[in-house]
Amino acid sequence: MAETVVITPPGRFSVPHWRELWNAREILFQFGMRDVLLRYRQTAVGVAWVVVQPLAAAAVFSVVFGRVAGLSSAGVPYFLFTYMGMLAWTLFSTALSRSAASVVGSQALIQKVFFPRLIVPAASVLSSVVDFVVGLLFGLVLLVVYGVNPGFQVLLAPVVALLFLMFGLGIGTAASAVMVRYRDVAYVLPWLIQVLLFASPVAYALDAVPSSLKLWFEANPLTWYLELFRYTLLRQPAPPAWQFVGAAVLAPLVLAGGVLVFQQFERRFADIV
Amino acid sequence: MPPNQPAVRAVGLGKTFQIGRTDSRATAVEAALRFVRNPSRRGAASELRVLDDLTFDIEWGSATGIIGRNGAGKSTLLKILTRVSPPTDGRIELAGRVGSLLEVGTGFHPELTGRENIFLNGSLLGMTRKEIRARFDEIVDFSGVEKFLETPVKRYSSGMYVRLAFAVAAHLETEILAIDEVLAVGDADFQAKSLRRMREVAKEGRTVLFVSHQPQTVLSLCTSAMFLDRGQLAYHGDVEGALDLYRRSYEKFAVEQSDPSARPGSGEIRAAEVQVGADQYEPEDEKVVTVHVPPHPAESAPYYVSCHVNDVNGTVLLQCDSRLVGGWYDPTTDNTVELRITSPWLKPGRYTIDVFVCGRVVLDSWEGAAAFEVYPHNPYPEFATDDAFESGLVFPRFQYKVS
Repeated sequence: MAETVVITPPGRFSVPHWRELWNAREILFQFGMRDVLLRYRQTAVGVAWVVVQPLAAAAVFSVVFGRVAGLSSAGVPYFLFTYMGMLAWTLFSTALSRSAASVVGSQALIQKVFFPRLIVPAASVLSSVVDFVVGLLFGLVLLVVYGVNPGFQVLLAPVVALLFLMFGLGIGTAASAVMVRYRDVAYVLPWLIQVLLFASPVAYALDAVPSSLKLWFEANPLTWYLELFRYTLLRQPAPPAWQFVGAAVLAPLVLAGGVLVFQQFERRFADIV
Repeated sequence: MPPNQPAVRAVGLGKTFQIGRTDSRATAVEAALRFVRNPSRRGAASELRVLDDLTFDIEWGSATGIIGRNGAGKSTLLKILTRVSPPTDGRIELAGRVGSLLEVGTGFHPELTGRENIFLNGSLLGMTRKEIRARFDEIVDFSGVEKFLETPVKRYSSGMYVRLAFAVAAHLETEILAIDEVLAVGDADFQAKSLRRMREVAKEGRTVLFVSHQPQTVLSLCTSAMFLDRGQLAYHGDVEGALDLYRRSYEKFAVEQSDPSARPGSGEIRAAEVQVGADQYEPEDEKVVTVHVPPHPAESAPYYVSCHVNDVNGTVLLQCDSRLVGGWYDPTTDNTVELRITSPWLKPGRYTIDVFVCGRVVLDSWEGAAAFEVYPHNPYPEFATDDAFESGLVFPRFQYKVS
């Protein structure tokens, strides 16, 4: 027999109802399946599309930053360097933009059926993860082609990717809740992501940055994750230890913060969206 | 089921919407500006009390209808009971899982196949994959779409779509089932099948909550009913009593609507008077409605008139739209528009007429503008017992021939 559910007006502060979330895991799975199926079924080239995007971006960046601007890629073939950078960046940026748009995009559901709302942003990043895995497998092929042996650090790559994902999802989850009330978040976010792409060492190495500006770049958490990710795959010198710690501590904190922000808005979604 | 606890218990339930603030669906910039200009007040929000102090118990195994005029708060109540929207005050105890069937096909994705949608929709409605698998054949069987399981539902006919969606929801295993108007879908056969299914659900000892605008369905499905009047629980008891109040609320409403300023519609043109040819008719009589629209010299675009004839339960039986017969009228002249309804014959009872005057938008919406009675006479040439004409909403004119 099911327990009695008590419904009361939303209180001042609310934390997620973990048991309810766990019980709704099937919805998470089904939402994820839906997004992945749709993406791969509707496009003519299917899976190839996921690889073509970072490939094309890496090609353009190699030409623009590597050849035209002549920036450094820390001794790694420029193309390989930017491909890995774009791979990590795409995971972060799609997780952020998809989760941020998810709640407003699911308004029809939210107004009609009850389920833990946190499922919506959480499920939206599952397709980013699938895209990332496909891209990573292709990236491993590239490593072989270029003859780069990453060493044992490669085992850390999934951990770094997961942290980066949590970081993006945390911001996105908070943004998704705020977007329900303030739609301009939807306009600011893509612009912000665009700016950050060039402000972070995605398509160029950190040592291409003039030393007077280096402090600013190192204060940018995105730099930590990008550098860490390339360290695990491209046999780069290890980033300073404080960046390791920073990256590992910041991501869970941001995610927890995002969830809490979300939670404060959550119950009123159906009345506003 | 716990014997001494009702399925649903609501105490002092209330819901207030803040319309001022949500309507001016601000951007963050606007909100910040407003705050800078006027930091003490959080915007001039006007409040709308949709539900006010509802207290009720719903017993296990009952099928409770929730009826009321538009805007009485029926759907809001159901949304609160299904946890879609939170209450503003009060408390609800639900002694079991609530499954909702708020709108058929919620969560269906057009690009996914029938099979995929069954799983997606089922999980949204609170079923586990195991439960869905266990009932999969039953669901498919009920819906009758087994041949198209691997086809994306965007290629389904609307009938198939609705049948599949209802089938999933009808096989929910939740202890409490909330339904909003979904039975009004599909063909007559499917409707009957759905009603039967809902009755089974109640018989299994589960609890059904049913919001409807169709008193007919409430009467045939529910064992008790609530009547909501402007957010207040005006009645909770047997179905007959609730329907009686519902009908009477229509009459009260008609009196209020005779004041044009109280009526909806943009108001550039308003009807001044609506009359019926006679207060009483024989079933087979021609019914005449005249709508008097005084001149509105400031307007130039022609308007049309649409009259609805409703039965005592508020079901729209006839829609007579003047556009269908080329009726467009000049707003600068004084017009008395006459409508003659020659078919079908009407059954005995009381009928109300809604009149709509429309141009590009609805100019005047006058519900309950007039009413008439039809005598309890049999218009047919032969006599028969009541069962010969008690089904059906109107008296058709028909012939039988044998050859």
